[in-house]
Amino acid sequence: MLTKRIIPCLDIKNGRTVKGVNFIDLRDAGDPVELAKQYADIGADELVFLDISATLEGRATTLDMVLHVAEQVNIPFTVGGGISSIEHVDDLLKCGADKVSINSSAVKRPELVNELSNKFGSQCIVVAIDAKQIDGHWKVHLAGGSIPTDIDLFEWAKEVEQRGAGEILFTSMDHDGTKNGFANEALAKLSSELNIPIIASGGAGNIQHFIDTFKEGKADAALAASVFHFGEIPIPELKRALKNNNIEVRL
Amino acid sequence: MKLVIINYGAGNIKSIQFAFKRLGVDAILSNNPDEIVAADKIIFPGVGEASTAMNMLKESGLDILIPTLKQPVLGICLGMQLLCKSTEEGYTKGLGVFNTDVKRFSNDVKVPQMGWNVIKDLKSDLFEGIKEGAYMYLVHSYYAEHCEQTIAKTDYGINYASALQHNNFYGVQFHPEKSSLAGEKILENFLKL
Repeated sequence: MLTKRIIPCLDIKNGRTVKGVNFIDLRDAGDPVELAKQYADIGADELVFLDISATLEGRATTLDMVLHVAEQVNIPFTVGGGISSIEHVDDLLKCGADKVSINSSAVKRPELVNELSNKFGSQCIVVAIDAKQIDGHWKVHLAGGSIPTDIDLFEWAKEVEQRGAGEILFTSMDHDGTKNGFANEALAKLSSELNIPIIASGGAGNIQHFIDTFKEGKADAALAASVFHFGEIPIPELKRALKNNNIEVRL
Repeated sequence: MKLVIINYGAGNIKSIQFAFKRLGVDAILSNNPDEIVAADKIIFPGVGEASTAMNMLKESGLDILIPTLKQPVLGICLGMQLLCKSTEEGYTKGLGVFNTDVKRFSNDVKVPQMGWNVIKDLKSDLFEGIKEGAYMYLVHSYYAEHCEQTIAKTDYGINYASALQHNNFYGVQFHPEKSSLAGEKILENFLKL
């Protein structure tokens, strides 16, 4: 049976791993390559690298990091942050990234999803969506969640699926950094309305939150950062707890 | 040991090259027929769309060469699928090494299958030291139907062939280069064949 995936997210700035608390406060948590290797060794199923400084830094730094990760890490990984062109995706995949995630650039020019999936295949195109509730409606936000749009989360998710996205990474801005659990209601709705995998992101605080997002949120994978980086939830312990709750995981 | 990864423009070749480097083997990337024929072992990779990949093979004449190879050949992911008789993806005729067809998963399951799943009923030297039910990383929307050449089985909505073998030709649907220690062991086994 296909297992549920546990995905640590490593925010990258100036070649170092950082984690934003509510996307603002940045704390240093180490060297990305070393951290990635450690995560692979303790049973992380996949990794996401998010270059939060992608618009300010040259591509060379990230590409160099991607190459080093691909050299040393034996599990799949996704790279996101500031990706808006076919050439950029081509460079990242050639350096050994398994998937890329696009976010604001897809909202600004939805055809980009078609172009990328046609050229590289749906399997390597993740569309990341940041959303929060405004007057009870889930609205897509841009630029790391700072710019609201009028776009409905569910409409947008269905549109990118039709355009060829292979996976959705949904971050609830209402839950991110709160450690109060994932946005399971919205996740379950996404999972039932779409036929591609959904990654839950934002709100992980304890092991029960992961159990809930797989059971109630019907998520295919769950992503978190600080609870893993600061050892608050050890991944082996998390996966054993999931298994004990009859959730299929790779042990 | 001369290991060649066929480089015809399809797929995440770097990851495969790095995986062998971690095993201490420097793989050569090549689409040169002479270099491919002279190799001890050959990797036939592939990620992406089947008809596009097949056209790339035809442009370099590799579609004729590959089925004639005599040394161990390992097709990975789309590489394995292209070694089958046909695939529903782009209604593409395959190289016909494996006696089976490739179909699309039904929409009863999420497509693509993305993540870690188990391989069972293992029947090949390729899986020496690999436990029944070992986890492998898979990303695919199309699957090979069982035939007498099936050497590993996986369940995703239906039970399908996650690995095939015919004489010197081996094919795996999963990505051993991304499947942690168990995947590395399979690549190591291939080098010993």
